[in-house]
Amino acid sequence: MTEYAKQTDTTQSWAREKLFLGLTMTDYMKRLITPFNIIAGIIVIFGLVLIGIRFSQGLGAVTAASQDQPWGLFLGWGLFSGVPLSATGFVLSTAVYLFGLKAYRPVVRNALLLGFLGYLFAVIFLLIDLGRPWRLPYPMFLSFGTASVLFLVAWHVALYLSCQFLEFFPSIGEWGGWKTLRRWMLAITIGLTIFGIILSTLHQSALGAMFLLSPGKLHPLWYSPYIPALFFISAIAAGLCVVIFVSFLTKHLLKDQADSDYLASLDNITLGLGTAASFVLITYFALKVVALAHGNHWDLLNTPFGYWFLVEVIIFVLLPCFLLVYGGRKGKVGLVQFTALFTIIGIIINRLNVSLIALNWNLPQRELFNWKEFVIVIAIIAIQVLVYRWIVQRMPVLREHPEHKVEY
Amino acid sequence: MKINRRDFLKKGTAAIGSSLLLGSLVANPTKVFAAPKLADRPEGFAMLSDSTRCVGCRRCEAACNKVNNLPAPKIPFEDPSILEEKRRTEAQVYTVVNRYENPKWRKPVYRKIQCMHCAEPACVSACLVAALQKTPEGAVIWDENLCIGCRYCMTACPFRIPTFEYFDAGSPAIQKCTMCYHRISEGIIPGCAEACPVEAITFGKTSELIKLARDRIREEPDKYIDHIYGEHEVGGTDWLYVSGVPFEELDLPMDVGTTPYPEFTKEFLTAVPLVLVVWPALLGGFYAWTRRREQIAEAEAMNRDKEDTER
Repeated sequence: MTEYAKQTDTTQSWAREKLFLGLTMTDYMKRLITPFNIIAGIIVIFGLVLIGIRFSQGLGAVTAASQDQPWGLFLGWGLFSGVPLSATGFVLSTAVYLFGLKAYRPVVRNALLLGFLGYLFAVIFLLIDLGRPWRLPYPMFLSFGTASVLFLVAWHVALYLSCQFLEFFPSIGEWGGWKTLRRWMLAITIGLTIFGIILSTLHQSALGAMFLLSPGKLHPLWYSPYIPALFFISAIAAGLCVVIFVSFLTKHLLKDQADSDYLASLDNITLGLGTAASFVLITYFALKVVALAHGNHWDLLNTPFGYWFLVEVIIFVLLPCFLLVYGGRKGKVGLVQFTALFTIIGIIINRLNVSLIALNWNLPQRELFNWKEFVIVIAIIAIQVLVYRWIVQRMPVLREHPEHKVEY
Repeated sequence: MKINRRDFLKKGTAAIGSSLLLGSLVANPTKVFAAPKLADRPEGFAMLSDSTRCVGCRRCEAACNKVNNLPAPKIPFEDPSILEEKRRTEAQVYTVVNRYENPKWRKPVYRKIQCMHCAEPACVSACLVAALQKTPEGAVIWDENLCIGCRYCMTACPFRIPTFEYFDAGSPAIQKCTMCYHRISEGIIPGCAEACPVEAITFGKTSELIKLARDRIREEPDKYIDHIYGEHEVGGTDWLYVSGVPFEELDLPMDVGTTPYPEFTKEFLTAVPLVLVVWPALLGGFYAWTRRREQIAEAEAMNRDKEDTER
């Protein structure tokens, strides 16, 4: 456009400003063509094709699910791993709003966004995995199986998703210019935070409690009446470590979306969160030992599954705990960030163990998942990353909106 | 937000009141579900499988297939070659008979697999939309109109009975033996019991069948193992087995215990109202404490400023 045309252009629409980053369509399209986007796009297309097959030919066409092992990666990753990794929202909002730890305020919005997207995509995985996904609202409105732990999970995920959306809404309100709505949402932040913690306590532990119904199927080293508490505590560690790790990624990959306050605060925030995570991990480890003692299956530690259990607990819980203590004390930000990723992997391993690997451990032959499930999972993760980036590039998540400097 | 005594009392009462209300609203349904104790359960029907009598003719499988309008199998029921491999129930196969070699006797033994129709079923407690129900007649049945296909019932069942139609994209169903509910509610005995030529399957009231099983064991103690499988397993099932060989040799799970499975999650569910009532108070308290600390810090800062300016 010529300079004169730009100055007199009255067609700068809301859509162009808010959705297309203020660029013309052609400029925006050109901007979209990057290597990352192309690769992500290919993966997403692959995944969508497979999802199409799932809906036209049934779950059996794209999963390794069997009559003995009905759940695979969609729930193992999307629900059982995705939900603890999305504990970022309730952990950070508790720290900032309830415990008054203002030093962590710069990362609260990012944490809320990650939590909201995590639960949203958990629901999307559910919609793919449920046999009759259009009936997803049934346990909410139609028929209540109140003796079921899964009933509790369903209600809580629905309520918590709404809660996270409302907690994140101030960012959306600032972006869209919806000042009144934004003010209302801010006013109920404390109430939402408390509500969010209640819901999180219950559903993080409920996801573990679901497996209390399978004493004969879940390997004795993992089956324990302490599963609910173990799941809840490890979810807190997961939330802390995901914030550490994603903050690290934003510093390098989304730097232009962040303001200087945010970037300058990250090192101290990382060290603080890392130290907190070390406390949570040592508590988690201690409870694992208690659960082991309670189960009294020490002899099983000397079996292949026993070795795998020791790997999960010593290498992916105890070791990161020590690394975080050391890194926190010596101010080694890089070590804390690396250990955070390591801890995240450990929690994913634990959730996959309980829901997939150590479940039905004594069946002679089984296929845990197939490549099609894996591709679909990667594709949904790609979509999740793209949606996250879309939001961060437009809304004040890593920075403050110029009109709305922090007052809450 | 400054907190004075009046505000604190008002807000505190509101918080406690609403959390008590919420907690009791949640506590009630979870209490109401609790299945009636075994002793006071209205008596329903049950079935008895006697594997000392079963000859592996599979007429029960054929009858089940017919009365439930299931598709004809690839290998016909008369073909005994299928018994060479152990099978499990499938989406279109509600019951199977498996053959077990038995060196002690000259002939093999057979065991029929189907839903155990537990007294307090794990699947019923697992179903989040109450699509699976234990009927007064004793049969555990599935409701087509409620099921959302989550498959938690399959994870919960200790006997691995419910099957899912993985290749039906439109309305995949959970399939399993229904104790021919559509027949027994009309006074007709289940198809398998009717078809069995050697009376290896008996249908009757639970207490009568337990008595019958005890009589058989008592009258021929050398022929039978002295145990009725299903009398106490998982708190009692309405499908019972008596056998001449140890039950583990018939692939019946021996580690299921005698506690009804729904008990395993009851403890967790009773903690729910606890969290709903205590957390708001606890967390509200943290928040109040934080605000108080901030107020004190602000007041001290203001005092310091005042002193500085006064000097």
